[in-house]
Amino acid sequence: MLSDKLSRIVLGLYSRKQIAVCGAARRGWTAVCKQRSVCLQRQAVRRHSSTRTASHTTVDPAEMRKFQSLASKWWDEHGEFAALHAMNDLRVPFIRDNLLNVHRACHPGKPLTGLRILDIGCGGGLLTEPLGRLGANVLGIDPVEDSIGTAQVHLSYDPDLRDSVSYQACTLEELSEAEEGREGEQGAGQFDAIVASEVVEHLADLETFTFCCNHVLKPGGSLFITTINKTNLSYVLGIIVAEQLLRIVPRGTHEWEKFISPVELERLLESNGFLVQSVQGMLYNPVSGAWSWTNSTAINYALHAVKLRDDPQSDQAEESSPRPEDHTAATHS
Amino acid sequence: ATSSVIGQESGSSSSGARGLVSADYADDYIKNDVYDVIISGGGMVGSAMACSLGMDPNLLGKKILLLEAGNKKVIDKVPETYSTRVSSISPGSATLLSGIGAWEQITKMRCKPYKKMQVWDACSDALITFDKENLEDEMAYIVENDIVVAALTKQLDSLSDNVQVKYRSKVVQYTWPMSHLATDSIPWVQVTLASGETLQTKLLIGADGPNSMVRQELGIPTVKWNYDQSAVVAVLHLSEPTENNVAWQRFLPTGPVAMLPLSDTESSLVWSTSHQHAEELLELDEESFVDAVNSAFWSNENQSELIETAGSVFRGALSAIMPSAGSPRQLPPSVSGIGPKTRVMFPLGMGHASEYIRHRVALIGDAAHRVHPLAGQGANLGFGDVACLTRLLSQAAFNGKDLGAMQHLLEYETERQRHNLPMMASIDLMKRLYSTNTAPVVLLRTFGLQATNMLPALKVSSLSFGFFLQTNPPVHASRLGHHSDNTTCQT
Repeated sequence: MLSDKLSRIVLGLYSRKQIAVCGAARRGWTAVCKQRSVCLQRQAVRRHSSTRTASHTTVDPAEMRKFQSLASKWWDEHGEFAALHAMNDLRVPFIRDNLLNVHRACHPGKPLTGLRILDIGCGGGLLTEPLGRLGANVLGIDPVEDSIGTAQVHLSYDPDLRDSVSYQACTLEELSEAEEGREGEQGAGQFDAIVASEVVEHLADLETFTFCCNHVLKPGGSLFITTINKTNLSYVLGIIVAEQLLRIVPRGTHEWEKFISPVELERLLESNGFLVQSVQGMLYNPVSGAWSWTNSTAINYALHAVKLRDDPQSDQAEESSPRPEDHTAATHS
Repeated sequence: ATSSVIGQESGSSSSGARGLVSADYADDYIKNDVYDVIISGGGMVGSAMACSLGMDPNLLGKKILLLEAGNKKVIDKVPETYSTRVSSISPGSATLLSGIGAWEQITKMRCKPYKKMQVWDACSDALITFDKENLEDEMAYIVENDIVVAALTKQLDSLSDNVQVKYRSKVVQYTWPMSHLATDSIPWVQVTLASGETLQTKLLIGADGPNSMVRQELGIPTVKWNYDQSAVVAVLHLSEPTENNVAWQRFLPTGPVAMLPLSDTESSLVWSTSHQHAEELLELDEESFVDAVNSAFWSNENQSELIETAGSVFRGALSAIMPSAGSPRQLPPSVSGIGPKTRVMFPLGMGHASEYIRHRVALIGDAAHRVHPLAGQGANLGFGDVACLTRLLSQAAFNGKDLGAMQHLLEYETERQRHNLPMMASIDLMKRLYSTNTAPVVLLRTFGLQATNMLPALKVSSLSFGFFLQTNPPVHASRLGHHSDNTTCQT
């Protein structure tokens, strides 16, 4: 844990230095070429090392194995992931409405047009595709190659989504690294929103996770998290009932020790440059197979946080980077 | 499922192979555009569905296609003579049509509102009147089906950016997708046209009438029976001009006969009776036919003294309890002639599809449910389907869902069956109740009708609940073998 933090600090310093280097490089063409090759070399070195560290940090190898065996069952609406399919009824409106509150654009038919969203731990693309259908440009990432394979095959059926949804088999850390490599051209944060639905309860290192989220997000960008609270009730319902008695979720999906309470998560986010906007409890009814909002966050909950804009440096980066609208317009044309 | 699992695993075992798999699929689907919604059948209900989806803001940008086997039906000038194929449009249906911009066109062309309905029994004096003056302004409207279709067609023309229409396109084959996760097959519904063209859609809406090819090809069983009855329809000329804002329906032992206002001097006749009697009626010369119609509304030959006495005693007892209740009896207008060549007969039946939906398919209108025309609910049930399905699809689109997904289709089925089944059952019950002149049954219905007429609360609730007294006048189009509702998918 300590070494992770250390490497993170080093990494952060490193990236700042690089902004300066690449910023300076804009002065002249030859300088650009020279500096870029230097940047690329450094990036290659770093990517190599980070891939190795990533697999040892936030992704638990045992977790990966569990999901590999499930990857191809993702799209069966009545299968093992039925509860996740049903959860779209809450989480898609939650993400959509909060984003519309922040961005206030009017695109009938495709309300999220012009927004770039990162779906972390996208699995088979259960949430990625609906967000893409709403007009957002979504990148789904998942460290499990089989899930990404399933997601890509499923995506290829629908020509309407081809321009808006893409997938990448990688971890958040790898992506964050790659983002850094492109900093000279794009600036650090390029996503308007990050979605991490039913993901953080599987992570080994939440500190690094929040740090990376902050890194790839634009200032003022939104982070959406849905997860399970760390309470006695969540242990009984989430593990004993859901996994062992009712088998709503495959056995061994969750480890209670990794669950996190909203208070703890809030503290973690606020210490990493986020401001938590709302926390709402969610309740699953195993009889009807439907989710509903509830006041109690004792079991499942959804959280919306916004990256603070107070860092003057990242504001500059934002200004120098292309606007989100321009970016997606270019992708669509 | 097993093969698909293997397919996926091998496909994604290495990033190179995965890329190949995706590329192959992409090639297959890039060639044919996938529609979001294809509606099969451009009759009243199918056209309304297309308009309704095309105008929904949440569905903006979706690819919507309407397939119609017949020609495009445009009315530049409203014909002088009335068509025999008319529908009773309830205020609810009028709201739907006005929401999609067609109602204004209809009122500009031709429609006749009525404010009152009188239903009475041939075997007794029992009657019930529905007087909308103290409820709402209009009770319902009698509109020719051709006018409804023409108004919707005009509206579709103005929506050409959102809805594509292919006229004269006959479907020869539907290919259904596997319910889930078959990576080696096409996941959409495929529609093959007689022209050889094959289309793909995420959701197919079957609006192809009572003999729906969509329903038959899916193998959805229907509960259906024929009433051993036919309906004779005609345009009636009244002896003298009246306000003509009452719909009349009388229950004869042979079946219900109804006179629906078309204008001050004309009404539409719908006479349900035995096949043999219907044929006889068609054979009659014009004068005898007019006599037969008049006597159907006026004759007292079926009344018996016993029932008359019992009925009046019961009525007396009721008015002792509620002196002010009950409506006075009105007399129907007399008929002087019929429109030339307007006499047509068609068999009556009833049918209900046990399922309205399948994976990526939904049935609406007569394809899902066909009712006896005596309650005039056929078109209204169909427009109710349109309103419900539009609302659910709009919501699904706003939630980023695949429009063909089961969840909201199931909601559609549940909601509409909950509405349609009691309606159909009560229409059928009423039909059976009034097809007899057995004394006890006649007594029962006499009391029922009288009591209902005198108790305003019961009357209002039965009207809004759509129970048997909501005898909105009859007549429905598509079961005449009406072109547009019917022909798209006949093989």
